[in-house]
Amino acid sequence: MEALRIDGTEDSPQVILDLEANIMELSGRSLPEDVNTFYEPVLSWIEEYFKNPHDNTVFNFKLTYFNTASSKVILDILTQFEEMIEDGQHVLVRWHFPDDDEDMQEAGEEYADMVDVPFEMVSYS
Amino acid sequence: MANPKDNLEKGFLEFVYDFYSSMKSHEISLVYEGKVTHQITKAFIALAEAQMEENEEASKVQRTVFHVMVECLQNISRHADEYESGKAIYSGKGIFIVSNTDKAWCITTGNAIVNDKIPGLKAILEQVNALNNKDLKDLYMNQMREGRLTNRGGAGLGFIDIRRKTGEKLDYHFLPITDKVSFFLLTTLIPRT
Repeated sequence: MEALRIDGTEDSPQVILDLEANIMELSGRSLPEDVNTFYEPVLSWIEEYFKNPHDNTVFNFKLTYFNTASSKVILDILTQFEEMIEDGQHVLVRWHFPDDDEDMQEAGEEYADMVDVPFEMVSYS
Repeated sequence: MANPKDNLEKGFLEFVYDFYSSMKSHEISLVYEGKVTHQITKAFIALAEAQMEENEEASKVQRTVFHVMVECLQNISRHADEYESGKAIYSGKGIFIVSNTDKAWCITTGNAIVNDKIPGLKAILEQVNALNNKDLKDLYMNQMREGRLTNRGGAGLGFIDIRRKTGEKLDYHFLPITDKVSFFLLTTLIPRT
Protein backbone atom coordinates (compact mmCIF):
# COMPACT_ATOMS: atom_id res chain seq x y z
CA MET A 1 0.00 0.00 0.00
CA GLU A 2 1.36 3.39 -1.01
CA ALA A 3 2.55 5.61 1.82
CA LEU A 4 0.82 8.89 2.59
CA ARG A 5 3.20 11.57 3.75
CA ILE A 6 2.20 15.21 4.24
CA ASP A 7 4.65 17.77 5.60
CA GLY A 8 3.55 19.68 8.67
CA THR A 9 2.89 23.41 8.44
CA GLU A 10 2.10 26.14 10.97
CA ASP A 11 -1.57 25.14 10.81
CA SER A 12 -1.65 21.51 9.73
CA PRO A 13 -0.07 18.40 11.18
CA GLN A 14 2.64 16.22 9.72
CA VAL A 15 1.10 13.01 8.45
CA ILE A 16 3.10 9.81 8.09
CA LEU A 17 1.15 6.72 7.07
CA ASP A 18 3.89 4.44 5.86
CA LEU A 19 3.62 0.67 6.21
CA GLU A 20 7.15 -0.08 4.91
CA ALA A 21 8.67 2.23 7.50
CA ASN A 22 6.12 0.88 9.99
CA ILE A 23 5.00 4.38 11.04
CA MET A 24 1.48 5.66 11.41
CA GLU A 25 1.57 9.09 12.97
CA LEU A 26 -0.07 12.51 13.15
CA SER A 27 2.07 15.18 14.78
CA GLY A 28 2.19 18.93 15.27
CA ARG A 29 -0.63 21.44 15.07
CA SER A 30 -4.05 21.00 13.57
CA LEU A 31 -6.15 24.05 12.73
CA PRO A 32 -6.40 23.83 8.95
CA GLU A 33 -8.62 26.26 7.08
CA ASP A 34 -10.81 23.39 5.89
CA VAL A 35 -10.66 20.36 8.17
CA ASN A 36 -12.66 18.14 5.82
CA THR A 37 -10.39 18.77 2.84
CA PHE A 38 -7.23 18.27 4.87
CA TYR A 39 -8.27 15.01 6.54
CA GLU A 40 -10.10 13.43 3.59
CA PRO A 41 -6.94 11.63 2.27
CA VAL A 42 -6.07 10.49 5.82
CA LEU A 43 -9.50 8.96 6.40
CA SER A 44 -9.46 7.36 2.93
CA TRP A 45 -6.00 5.89 3.54
CA ILE A 46 -7.12 4.31 6.83
CA GLU A 47 -10.28 2.99 5.17
CA GLU A 48 -8.13 1.36 2.47
CA TYR A 49 -5.72 -0.02 5.09
CA PHE A 50 -8.69 -1.53 6.94
CA LYS A 51 -9.23 -3.87 3.96
CA ASN A 52 -5.85 -5.50 4.42
CA PRO A 53 -4.33 -4.47 7.77
CA HIS A 54 -1.16 -5.65 9.47
CA ASP A 55 -1.42 -8.07 12.40
CA ASN A 56 -0.69 -5.26 14.83
CA THR A 57 -1.61 -1.66 14.16
CA VAL A 58 0.01 1.06 16.27
CA PHE A 59 -1.16 4.60 15.57
CA ASN A 60 0.63 7.58 17.14
CA PHE A 61 -1.03 10.89 17.91
CA LYS A 62 1.64 13.41 18.78
CA LEU A 63 -0.30 16.63 18.42
CA THR A 64 0.71 19.78 20.26
CA TYR A 65 -2.52 21.61 19.47
CA PHE A 66 -5.79 20.88 17.71
CA ASN A 67 -8.85 23.09 17.28
CA THR A 68 -12.42 21.96 17.96
CA ALA A 69 -13.14 21.23 14.29
CA SER A 70 -10.13 18.87 14.25
CA SER A 71 -11.28 17.19 17.47
CA LYS A 72 -14.30 15.82 15.64
CA VAL A 73 -12.13 14.37 12.85
CA ILE A 74 -9.82 12.74 15.42
CA LEU A 75 -12.89 10.97 16.79
CA ASP A 76 -13.75 9.85 13.24
CA ILE A 77 -10.27 8.30 12.90
CA LEU A 78 -10.64 6.54 16.27
CA THR A 79 -14.07 5.27 15.25
CA GLN A 80 -12.45 3.63 12.22
CA PHE A 81 -10.04 1.83 14.59
CA GLU A 82 -12.96 0.78 16.74
CA GLU A 83 -14.51 -0.87 13.68
CA MET A 84 -11.23 -2.65 12.92
CA ILE A 85 -11.18 -4.02 16.46
CA GLU A 86 -14.79 -5.17 16.17
CA ASP A 87 -13.59 -6.94 13.05
CA GLY A 88 -11.01 -8.86 15.13
CA GLN A 89 -7.94 -6.69 14.43
CA HIS A 90 -5.34 -5.56 16.98
CA VAL A 91 -5.04 -1.80 17.21
CA LEU A 92 -3.20 0.31 19.76
CA VAL A 93 -3.33 4.10 19.95
CA ARG A 94 -0.32 5.83 21.48
CA TRP A 95 -1.33 9.29 22.67
CA HIS A 96 1.76 11.46 23.16
CA PHE A 97 1.52 14.66 25.18
CA PRO A 98 4.02 17.19 26.59
CA ASP A 99 4.46 16.37 30.29
CA ASP A 100 3.32 19.86 31.34
CA ASP A 101 0.21 19.87 29.16
CA GLU A 102 -2.70 18.62 31.28
CA ASP A 103 -5.25 19.58 28.65
CA MET A 104 -3.62 17.42 25.99
CA GLN A 105 -3.35 14.54 28.45
CA GLU A 106 -7.02 14.95 29.40
CA ALA A 107 -8.04 15.10 25.75
CA GLY A 108 -6.41 11.69 25.21
CA GLU A 109 -8.09 10.26 28.30
CA GLU A 110 -11.46 11.52 27.10
CA TYR A 111 -11.02 9.91 23.70
CA ALA A 112 -9.99 6.69 25.43
CA ASP A 113 -13.32 6.83 27.33
CA MET A 114 -15.31 7.47 24.18
CA VAL A 115 -14.12 4.60 22.00
CA ASP A 116 -13.37 0.93 22.61
CA VAL A 117 -9.78 1.19 21.49
CA PRO A 118 -6.74 0.50 23.73
CA PHE A 119 -4.82 3.68 24.51
CA GLU A 120 -1.32 4.06 25.79
CA MET A 121 -0.59 7.48 27.27
CA VAL A 122 2.98 8.61 26.61
CA SER A 123 4.33 11.81 28.15
CA TYR A 124 7.42 13.53 26.81
CA SER A 125 9.40 16.60 27.81
CA MET B 1 -7.66 82.74 7.77
CA ALA B 2 -7.68 79.13 8.83
CA ASN B 3 -7.64 76.57 6.09
CA PRO B 4 -10.58 74.15 6.65
CA LYS B 5 -8.35 71.28 5.50
CA ASP B 6 -5.89 72.01 8.31
CA ASN B 7 -8.71 71.84 10.84
CA LEU B 8 -9.88 68.55 9.44
CA GLU B 9 -6.39 67.08 9.66
CA LYS B 10 -5.84 68.45 13.13
CA GLY B 11 -9.15 66.91 14.19
CA PHE B 12 -8.10 63.60 12.74
CA LEU B 13 -4.68 63.64 14.39
CA GLU B 14 -6.32 64.45 17.71
CA PHE B 15 -8.65 61.54 17.18
CA VAL B 16 -5.67 59.26 16.51
CA TYR B 17 -4.00 60.40 19.71
CA ASP B 18 -7.22 59.96 21.72
CA PHE B 19 -7.64 56.54 20.19
CA TYR B 20 -4.06 55.63 21.12
CA SER B 21 -4.54 56.96 24.69
CA SER B 22 -7.78 55.06 25.01
CA MET B 23 -6.08 51.85 23.87
CA LYS B 24 -3.32 52.39 26.42
CA SER B 25 -5.72 53.09 29.28
CA HIS B 26 -7.66 49.92 28.47
CA GLU B 27 -4.37 48.01 28.07
CA ILE B 28 -5.36 46.95 24.57
CA SER B 29 -2.54 45.37 22.60
CA LEU B 30 -4.34 44.55 19.36
CA VAL B 31 -7.38 45.91 17.54
CA TYR B 32 -8.53 44.69 14.16
CA GLU B 33 -11.60 45.49 12.13
CA GLY B 34 -12.30 43.82 8.84
CA LYS B 35 -12.53 40.52 7.08
CA VAL B 36 -11.21 37.61 9.12
CA THR B 37 -9.55 35.17 6.75
CA HIS B 38 -7.48 32.14 7.63
CA GLN B 39 -4.33 34.17 6.80
CA ILE B 40 -5.40 36.85 9.28
CA THR B 41 -6.07 34.20 11.92
CA LYS B 42 -2.59 32.71 11.46
CA ALA B 43 -0.97 36.15 11.56
CA PHE B 44 -2.69 37.11 14.83
CA ILE B 45 -1.89 33.89 16.63
CA ALA B 46 1.75 34.16 15.51
CA LEU B 47 1.82 37.72 16.82
CA ALA B 48 0.29 36.74 20.18
CA GLU B 49 2.66 33.80 20.51
CA ALA B 50 5.70 36.00 19.91
CA GLN B 51 4.41 38.52 22.44
CA MET B 52 3.73 35.84 25.07
CA GLU B 53 7.11 34.24 24.49
CA GLU B 54 8.79 37.61 24.97
CA ASN B 55 6.84 38.23 28.20
CA GLU B 56 7.68 34.72 29.41
CA GLU B 57 4.02 33.95 29.90
CA ALA B 58 3.31 30.64 31.69
CA SER B 59 2.95 27.85 29.13
CA LYS B 60 -0.55 26.94 30.30
CA VAL B 61 -1.71 30.54 29.79
CA GLN B 62 -0.02 30.60 26.37
CA ARG B 63 -1.86 27.49 25.30
CA THR B 64 -5.22 28.76 26.56
CA VAL B 65 -4.82 32.13 24.84
CA PHE B 66 -3.91 30.27 21.63
CA HIS B 67 -7.01 28.05 21.91
CA VAL B 68 -9.37 30.94 22.59
CA MET B 69 -7.95 33.13 19.81
CA VAL B 70 -8.27 30.38 17.22
CA GLU B 71 -11.86 29.51 18.18
CA CYS B 72 -12.93 33.18 18.34
CA LEU B 73 -11.35 34.10 15.00
CA GLN B 74 -12.71 31.00 13.29
CA ASN B 75 -16.16 31.87 14.68
CA ILE B 76 -16.03 35.22 12.87
CA SER B 77 -14.72 33.80 9.62
CA ARG B 78 -17.32 31.02 9.60
CA HIS B 79 -20.38 32.64 11.13
CA ALA B 80 -20.30 36.42 10.65
CA ASP B 81 -23.44 37.29 8.68
CA GLU B 82 -23.81 39.77 5.89
CA TYR B 83 -25.12 43.20 6.57
CA GLU B 84 -25.51 46.35 4.55
CA SER B 85 -24.33 49.73 5.67
CA GLY B 86 -24.86 52.49 3.14
CA LYS B 87 -23.91 50.92 -0.17
CA ALA B 88 -21.49 48.38 1.22
CA ILE B 89 -22.31 44.78 2.08
CA TYR B 90 -20.16 43.26 4.79
CA SER B 91 -19.63 39.56 5.18
CA GLY B 92 -17.21 37.50 7.25
CA LYS B 93 -16.16 40.74 8.91
CA GLY B 94 -15.84 41.67 12.52
CA ILE B 95 -13.74 43.25 15.20
CA PHE B 96 -11.11 41.51 17.23
CA ILE B 97 -9.59 43.04 20.36
CA VAL B 98 -6.92 41.64 22.64
CA SER B 99 -6.03 43.27 25.93
CA ASN B 100 -3.82 42.07 28.74
CA THR B 101 -3.47 43.26 32.28
CA ASP B 102 -1.47 41.85 35.20
CA LYS B 103 -4.44 39.66 36.09
CA ALA B 104 -5.81 38.35 32.81
CA TRP B 105 -5.85 38.27 29.06
CA CYS B 106 -9.10 39.45 27.55
CA ILE B 107 -10.20 38.50 24.04
CA THR B 108 -13.22 40.20 22.50
CA THR B 109 -14.85 39.58 19.17
CA GLY B 110 -17.77 41.30 17.52
CA ASN B 111 -19.60 40.44 14.33
CA ALA B 112 -22.96 40.90 12.66
CA ILE B 113 -25.57 38.21 13.14
CA VAL B 114 -29.05 37.81 11.64
CA ASN B 115 -31.64 38.36 14.38
CA ASP B 116 -33.31 35.00 13.68
CA LYS B 117 -30.20 33.22 14.95
CA ILE B 118 -30.06 35.08 18.28
CA PRO B 119 -32.45 32.87 20.30
CA GLY B 120 -30.54 29.69 19.34
CA LEU B 121 -27.16 31.27 20.04
CA LYS B 122 -28.37 32.68 23.38
CA ALA B 123 -29.67 29.26 24.40
CA ILE B 124 -26.27 27.64 23.71
CA LEU B 125 -24.36 30.37 25.54
CA GLU B 126 -26.69 30.25 28.56
CA GLN B 127 -26.40 26.46 28.69
CA VAL B 128 -22.59 26.55 28.43
CA ASN B 129 -22.37 29.19 31.19
CA ALA B 130 -24.69 27.28 33.53
CA LEU B 131 -22.95 23.89 33.38
CA ASN B 132 -20.27 22.62 35.75
CA ASN B 133 -17.02 21.02 34.56
CA LYS B 134 -18.33 17.49 34.48
CA ASP B 135 -21.46 18.42 32.52
CA LEU B 136 -19.40 20.55 30.13
CA LYS B 137 -17.19 17.55 29.47
CA ASP B 138 -20.25 15.35 28.81
CA LEU B 139 -21.75 17.98 26.51
CA TYR B 140 -18.48 18.28 24.60
CA MET B 141 -18.16 14.53 24.17
CA ASN B 142 -21.79 14.22 23.18
CA GLN B 143 -21.51 17.05 20.67
CA MET B 144 -18.45 15.41 19.13
CA ARG B 145 -20.31 12.12 18.76
CA GLU B 146 -23.59 13.51 17.47
CA GLY B 147 -22.63 16.78 15.84
CA ARG B 148 -21.77 16.73 12.18
CA LEU B 149 -19.28 19.17 10.77
CA THR B 150 -21.28 21.87 9.03
CA ASN B 151 -20.39 22.93 5.51
CA ARG B 152 -18.58 25.86 7.09
CA GLY B 153 -16.42 23.48 9.07
CA GLY B 154 -17.75 24.30 12.53
CA ALA B 155 -18.72 21.52 14.88
CA GLY B 156 -20.63 23.56 17.49
CA LEU B 157 -17.85 22.87 19.96
CA GLY B 158 -16.11 26.24 20.15
CA PHE B 159 -18.06 27.84 23.03
CA ILE B 160 -17.90 24.68 25.14
CA ASP B 161 -14.16 24.42 24.56
CA ILE B 162 -13.52 28.07 25.46
CA ARG B 163 -15.53 27.72 28.67
CA ARG B 164 -13.70 24.51 29.63
CA LYS B 165 -10.21 25.80 28.84
CA THR B 166 -10.63 29.13 30.64
CA GLY B 167 -12.92 28.07 33.51
CA GLU B 168 -14.61 31.46 33.03
CA LYS B 169 -18.15 32.29 31.98
CA LEU B 170 -18.61 33.76 28.52
CA ASP B 171 -19.72 37.39 28.52
CA TYR B 172 -21.89 38.34 25.56
CA HIS B 173 -24.17 41.08 24.26
CA PHE B 174 -26.37 41.63 21.24
CA LEU B 175 -26.70 45.20 20.01
CA PRO B 176 -29.19 46.03 17.24
CA ILE B 177 -27.68 47.30 13.95
CA THR B 178 -30.87 47.25 11.83
CA ASP B 179 -34.27 45.60 12.33
CA LYS B 180 -32.85 42.40 10.81
CA VAL B 181 -29.27 42.30 12.02
CA SER B 182 -27.52 42.68 15.37
CA PHE B 183 -23.95 42.99 16.51
CA PHE B 184 -22.83 40.02 18.59
CA LEU B 185 -20.10 40.78 21.13
CA LEU B 186 -18.29 38.03 23.00
CA THR B 187 -15.63 38.55 25.65
CA THR B 188 -13.45 35.85 27.16
CA LEU B 189 -11.14 36.24 30.14
CA ILE B 190 -8.05 34.09 30.57
CA PRO B 191 -6.73 34.47 34.12
CA ARG B 192 -2.93 34.66 34.34
CA THR B 193 -2.65 32.89 37.66
